[in-house]
Amino acid sequence: MSSLSVNHLLGIAELQPEDIRLIFDTAKNFKEVINRPIKKVPSLRDITVANLFFENSTRTKLSFELAEKRLSADVVNFSASGSSVKKGETLIDTVNNVLAMKVDMVVMRHPNPGAPYFLAENVNTCVVNAGDGTHEHPTQALLDAFSIEQHTGSVKGKKVVIVGDILHSRVALSNIYCLQKLGAEVMVCGPKTLIPRHIHELGVLVSNNLDEALQWCDVANMLRIQIERQRDKYFPSLREYSMMFGLTLERLEALNKEITVMHPGPINRGVEISSDVADSDHAIILEQVENGVAIRMAVLYLLASKIKPQNG
Amino acid sequence: MVPITLLDKRQLELTLHRLAWQIVENHQDLGNTAILGLQPRGTYLANRVAAIVKEISQTEIHLGALDITFHRDDFRRRDTPIHPNKTEINFLIEDKDLILADDVLYTGRSVRAGLDAMLAFGRPKSVELMCLIDRRFHRDLPIQPNYVGKQVDSIVEERVSVQWKEVEGEDKVVLFIPNKGA
Repeated sequence: MSSLSVNHLLGIAELQPEDIRLIFDTAKNFKEVINRPIKKVPSLRDITVANLFFENSTRTKLSFELAEKRLSADVVNFSASGSSVKKGETLIDTVNNVLAMKVDMVVMRHPNPGAPYFLAENVNTCVVNAGDGTHEHPTQALLDAFSIEQHTGSVKGKKVVIVGDILHSRVALSNIYCLQKLGAEVMVCGPKTLIPRHIHELGVLVSNNLDEALQWCDVANMLRIQIERQRDKYFPSLREYSMMFGLTLERLEALNKEITVMHPGPINRGVEISSDVADSDHAIILEQVENGVAIRMAVLYLLASKIKPQNG
Repeated sequence: MVPITLLDKRQLELTLHRLAWQIVENHQDLGNTAILGLQPRGTYLANRVAAIVKEISQTEIHLGALDITFHRDDFRRRDTPIHPNKTEINFLIEDKDLILADDVLYTGRSVRAGLDAMLAFGRPKSVELMCLIDRRFHRDLPIQPNYVGKQVDSIVEERVSVQWKEVEGEDKVVLFIPNKGA
């Protein structure tokens, strides 16, 4: 019986392939649990989790909160807007104040890359990274790889292309680490302006032609174009992006093979993926959402098992 | 540890048959009976007894496997997490006459967790407990079995091992007692 080699989930980079395997095996059981008539187990009934969201999030926050509640944890939510953060409180002070209220675990999203690492070093609690700036989004990568495994049987040997804004995407970086650790081949595809210059050093292939990339791959993970991060003009217009890099049914049908289409959400329909693809049998977008809760339950369960109960 | 055989192949076979006959005797409507084996090792007892019940009554009874990992009360009190097993219940337990099956009944904590886990699937009409070995005198909780293969009086340092031909290649129950002076 093994346990995770880490005490926090900060990034995929720190995980061993065995850790990912353990998370997947545990998630399979939780997937069965969340399909029961009563979708709740009492494992974390003596644990309190604080969800600290210093950046907006809908589905990740909802997914974490559901995972926590289905494990019977007590949950407190915090969002930066309307909090003392606006009054100038530091991150460590904010978190220490929350912890003083006897909170056992912290799930944090923060706009600054590395913020969860800083927290894990300076504060005595278990930290789960729910996205730190443009750095990592480990649970999203885990659920993406888990979805590939559930849908196609295995991740090892699969060819996965990640399409879109690789430059600003924490999902892309975590996915690259996770897929490579599980033995998949990874390609990134997008306009040259949205691909980091030295990304090939991570051992990924780089393409600027979507049709070529689709022809190569077994799985296409279409990232959202982050319109809010496009103040600098990385491409001339959304319409042009959509023509060059948007996944349409015509493009899929022009391939002489079946591929699996993924999207971490939220979807910009008609930009990176057309509606008929998003709603087709090729897409496993809603399976990803379901798997997200199971993966987060597994992560919280395995990390919580490392927190020893305090008597008195 | 010195092994002492509590039940050999023939005795185990007889015991399983007796347990099956007791179930047939007590359950008027076997079609409404379901056996849930507690994962991991209770499932072998459940499978074997269910097969014998079918053989002697010509009635198929419901059979399932229940994982109790997430309902255990020793979570976070162990060094490593307990690895979960599969729960497989392909029928509704609502209003069934349910029998929980485990190989060794010791502290009663697994059965407590089993009762808790079972309730997530519905409300059975009645719940009974079957165990192959009852290590009486060591209960931490007020739990008693309805169907007992064999009662064993043992001390805490001793260990009971139920071996199944499906897994270990041989049917037998062994009591391991510590070497004196060791």
